[in-house]
Amino acid sequence: MRKSFLSFSLLGLVMLFLYVPIILIFAYGFVPNGVSMSFFGPGGHFQGFSGRWYGLVFSGHHSVRALLQSFWLSLRIATLATLVSCVIGTTSALALHRWRSRLQTVHYGLVYTPLIMPDILIGISLLMLFVACGVDCGFWTILIAHVTFCVSYVTMTLLARLQDFDDRIIEAAYDLGAGPWYTFFKVELPILLPGIVAGGLLAFTLSIDDVVITSFVNGAGTNTFPTYVSSMTKHSRNLPAVFVLSTLMLLFTGVLAGVSKLLTGKSTRQA
Amino acid sequence: MTKKFREVVVTAPSFLWLMLFFAIPSIIVVAFTFHGHTPNGGVGEWSLSTWRELVDPDYPVIVWKTIRISFEITFWCILLALPCAYAIARMKTKWRAIVAGAIMLPFWTNFVVRVFAWKTMLHPDGWLQSCYFAFIQFRAWLFDGLPPFLRDFFIWVHLASPTPPDPASSTILDSETAVILVSVYTLLPFAIMPLYSAAEKFDFSLMEAARDLGAKSFYAFRKVFLPGIRQGLISAILMVFIPAIGSYVIPQMLGGTNCVLIGNKIFMRAIQNRNIPHASALATLMAVSVFLPLLCALWWRRHQAARERRQVEIRAARLMLGGTK
Repeated sequence: MRKSFLSFSLLGLVMLFLYVPIILIFAYGFVPNGVSMSFFGPGGHFQGFSGRWYGLVFSGHHSVRALLQSFWLSLRIATLATLVSCVIGTTSALALHRWRSRLQTVHYGLVYTPLIMPDILIGISLLMLFVACGVDCGFWTILIAHVTFCVSYVTMTLLARLQDFDDRIIEAAYDLGAGPWYTFFKVELPILLPGIVAGGLLAFTLSIDDVVITSFVNGAGTNTFPTYVSSMTKHSRNLPAVFVLSTLMLLFTGVLAGVSKLLTGKSTRQA
Repeated sequence: MTKKFREVVVTAPSFLWLMLFFAIPSIIVVAFTFHGHTPNGGVGEWSLSTWRELVDPDYPVIVWKTIRISFEITFWCILLALPCAYAIARMKTKWRAIVAGAIMLPFWTNFVVRVFAWKTMLHPDGWLQSCYFAFIQFRAWLFDGLPPFLRDFFIWVHLASPTPPDPASSTILDSETAVILVSVYTLLPFAIMPLYSAAEKFDFSLMEAARDLGAKSFYAFRKVFLPGIRQGLISAILMVFIPAIGSYVIPQMLGGTNCVLIGNKIFMRAIQNRNIPHASALATLMAVSVFLPLLCALWWRRHQAARERRQVEIRAARLMLGGTK
């Protein structure tokens, strides 16, 4: 089979394009000067690498404390938002899969529309709701916003999985005398679990990455990691610490993805 | 427990949540546009003053700029993503998963951090700026050799610049070029993925058949491959165009004052100037001008597809009846 040389070389260039900033994020964690963000001194000579920023992050130094706090807030919100949106998303996908009625048509529209709305419109409409209700923005408003945009993604991931689902298994469970609750917890949930995990992972990454919606509903003083970083980029002297945290996160998620790939790979081989 | 009751119970959590935090807030946004604003950042009495304020000659310019830049971003994303998706789909199965994973992996780092890394790279003293200026000089040299009427034509279509290159005014940071470049960077995987999953299902023997019948490879690509992955193409365009229209973080961080888009205006009015009705009006404008047509198109497509399916079923039923006759 003749392979297209042009498309393959373009793929190589695109990979380079995608990875250069990532390599830089890794490199900037070792930059000696946090203001000029350069490895080179005024005379243009190389100044070497610095482990100072790793030291600051690991010792929780007071100059990076606010950054670390915003990071913990992001983790807390992402975890809670994932859990809540997994529960709501599962019921939603089950309902959409099982019933065909006017209610489900409206329901599908409600789940689908947030996916094709730009983030900024979701953010501003939630801000308007909180303004109209007179709620102070903070932790809870961020959590509500994150659950709102995660639910649709979890539902859609699960719906795709449910298409391969053999509905006769449920009928068999009912025929054998199982009630709806028993069927759900003992039959449907275990089968759906991989889909729920996949949807949950997606929700977690979306939540921890979100800056647009959060910046509308975070209120004064409550910053998640992304909003804190975007406010830091204007004046901070500790920017390399951001790159250190990002490198650590990338390593952590990379290892996690590798392990999960290994685990799922093994389980499919056993099956 | 009746069947209907069970359906309502299972539907209720997501239905109520999205009603309360998605549908109703959208209505509130539209309602707020018919209010005035108070000096302390609240919402005032019912009035049409906000809509009157919106008649500002700046706004049509900004809306047009947003749409134009979004189209440019979409164009570059699709142009780069098509050959990539094609190349991945032609790999061995083992390699496909690895390359697709490698494309998504950079996106496990934070969006803001990635954009900031770009900002550092595009710094006026950096090497990318030197490359960019060298490119501008090369372009000027190239167009200088042309006969005047051709050069005027290229200036007219914005491919050439009427002024000679000047290092002070041609910085890549704080320009439209930077916004388009970094937007393409952040959105490219979302264009590659739908195209790749469509290309994976594509039957490549059709391409060989086209070539056997005498088609050149590019002709086969255009006339057989592209129509074959039409669904993937449509979703790739949507996946890129929608976030591009609503983007404000990248223009804010990299566009400076030269690239203020409608998203930036919404954020400024809502958070910095605290003029809630004005921000609502801009958001409504964005929703009405872009998303209502899009939504209608999507619904129409679904409806159309359903009708086609029904017609096929009817035809099949007729055939079967004809067969039994």
